[in-house]
Amino acid sequence: MTTTSATNGTPFQFSEAALAEAKALMQKFPEGKHKSAILRILHIAQEENHGWLSIAAMDQVAAVMSIHPIEVYEVATFYSMYNLEPVGKYVLEFCHTGPCAIEGAERIIAYTQQKLGIGTGKTTPDGVFTIKEVECLGACGYAPMMQVGEFYHEHLTEAKIDQFLEDCRAGKIDKGTWKMH
Amino acid sequence: MGRKLLIEHAQVEGIRTYEVYRKQGGYRSVEKALKSMSPEGVLEEVKKSGLRGRGGAGFPTGMKWSFLAKPEGVPRYLLCNADESEPGTFKDRYLMEKIPHLLIEGMITSSYALGANTSYIYIRGEYSWIVFILEKAIQEAYANGWLGKNILGSGYDLDLYVAPGAGAYICGEETALIESLEGKRGNPRVKPPFPAVKGLWASPTVVNNVETIAAVVPIINDGGDEYAKIGIGKSTGTKLISAGGNINRPGVYEIELGVPVEEFIYSDEYCGGIKNGKQLKACVPGGSSVPILPHFLINKTANGEQRLMTYESLSDGGFVSGSMLGSGGFIVYDEDQCIVRNTWNFARFYRHESCGQCSPCREGTGWMEKVLWRMENGQGKLSDIDMLVDIAKKIEGNTICPLGDAAAWPVAAAVRHFREEFEWHVHEPKACMERNYGLVREPVAV
Repeated sequence: MTTTSATNGTPFQFSEAALAEAKALMQKFPEGKHKSAILRILHIAQEENHGWLSIAAMDQVAAVMSIHPIEVYEVATFYSMYNLEPVGKYVLEFCHTGPCAIEGAERIIAYTQQKLGIGTGKTTPDGVFTIKEVECLGACGYAPMMQVGEFYHEHLTEAKIDQFLEDCRAGKIDKGTWKMH
Repeated sequence: MGRKLLIEHAQVEGIRTYEVYRKQGGYRSVEKALKSMSPEGVLEEVKKSGLRGRGGAGFPTGMKWSFLAKPEGVPRYLLCNADESEPGTFKDRYLMEKIPHLLIEGMITSSYALGANTSYIYIRGEYSWIVFILEKAIQEAYANGWLGKNILGSGYDLDLYVAPGAGAYICGEETALIESLEGKRGNPRVKPPFPAVKGLWASPTVVNNVETIAAVVPIINDGGDEYAKIGIGKSTGTKLISAGGNINRPGVYEIELGVPVEEFIYSDEYCGGIKNGKQLKACVPGGSSVPILPHFLINKTANGEQRLMTYESLSDGGFVSGSMLGSGGFIVYDEDQCIVRNTWNFARFYRHESCGQCSPCREGTGWMEKVLWRMENGQGKLSDIDMLVDIAKKIEGNTICPLGDAAAWPVAAAVRHFREEFEWHVHEPKACMERNYGLVREPVAV
């Protein structure tokens, strides 16, 4: 089953493995309560859709879960981890909240923006990097920090950012996965 | 050196695995509870321990458990709140990352006490790698007979699952957490009914913080009375404090409640003093929601008594001159930090995290952010200061959930203690863009 989005025209289909995982996740909840699996299934859908949730991807989640598309949209638009626009291959999510801010987060964010030539919320023209600013990620003692994929990168410095961007371009950075471990 | 009941073995190699955890005495509390205690007996020990909710509210855990309704034929649920999102707080992450089996053990013993046969750990989505650490530990627990049917031949069944969120501070509020776990937006519910009567899927539910559930393990192992011997007065036991900001040794520390604040900040056992030899300017002792304290109210209360790391001492003086222990998210500010900018930063956080259900919070947080931003940028007016206080007052107590209060308190406290710094931003619009104000003066008693 493939759905096509009215707004972007890009079809989305779960991989076989992801579909099986979605079904297994729904079975973790009592009968009739499978909607509880939606957040995790959306994480998987986003991963399979290059890091963002298109209407097509959300419609597919609705179809797989046998719920109304609006039930998926209202959830997807509430939570900050879901990207509703296309993003780059590596989404650099910088914490900018209090404890990180007083330990130099603003300086590190400005440095990265300048280095990549893009502002927060934007993606580099080559589609490799997106900069996001997010609220407290629970790494206050290891500030400044960013999350990329499923992992945290802490105690950031300008030199570490330089190295990190280089490693990304060389394909050396592990983003992790939401699929079964 | 204080006793450590939770993270004593955190640095033992391989403690994340079942074998090593078990070798260090793990799962004894489950053995003891299921083989020799009734569920009521477990509850009794938790009551005796004086344990209070470690997520921030400090409500007595035994009392919370005793409110759980037990209608016949209706399932009951224990939910672990691992949605740790309070700025300054990263203690639950440490515990789950280092010793996942401690949380699982606590979940089994606590679920037994509550008569829950299905329990969930709701964890913030950003901690995704911990989701898999916990799931691996749960698999190990099943494989070794600590979860599943007829645990230890006791006839007690328990299934335990991990449910990740997707980025929303509000889901740390227990009814929002339940909504989220039901697969919906994290909008807090109107109470009553309380979760203890109608929680997850309208069934009786208890929601407890990670650290609270972990603390049940030593309470059952050693007895509630032993646990209650640690600490001072109604602040019993140990507490994880996550220390950050301008200090030499940021990190997670397990303290016996009652350690003097001054010792906590300056001792090399804990924070190790202010970084770069700077002066202490302010402290937020319990996560961003609690009132900020100026340097002269941190080590001593307004009455000149030594301030201690207890629920009571940190709140001594109420909101006039005290704060709260909260979640234990301890943020230290040095003389170079700008209180207006920090207050704006927190206001932005609450504006972003407000779910939008209640107008006072939805609109008020946005206004506070805007007003603080213009003050920080030298475009403020003197009347803005009173306007901030006014907005904060209009949010406080006028919302479904405590996020409104949590947004209002930091602003109100910042203006209360640092008014001269706010005024300086108005009087010196140029200077405030170039340098920071430094320490505020201690009011002179007349």
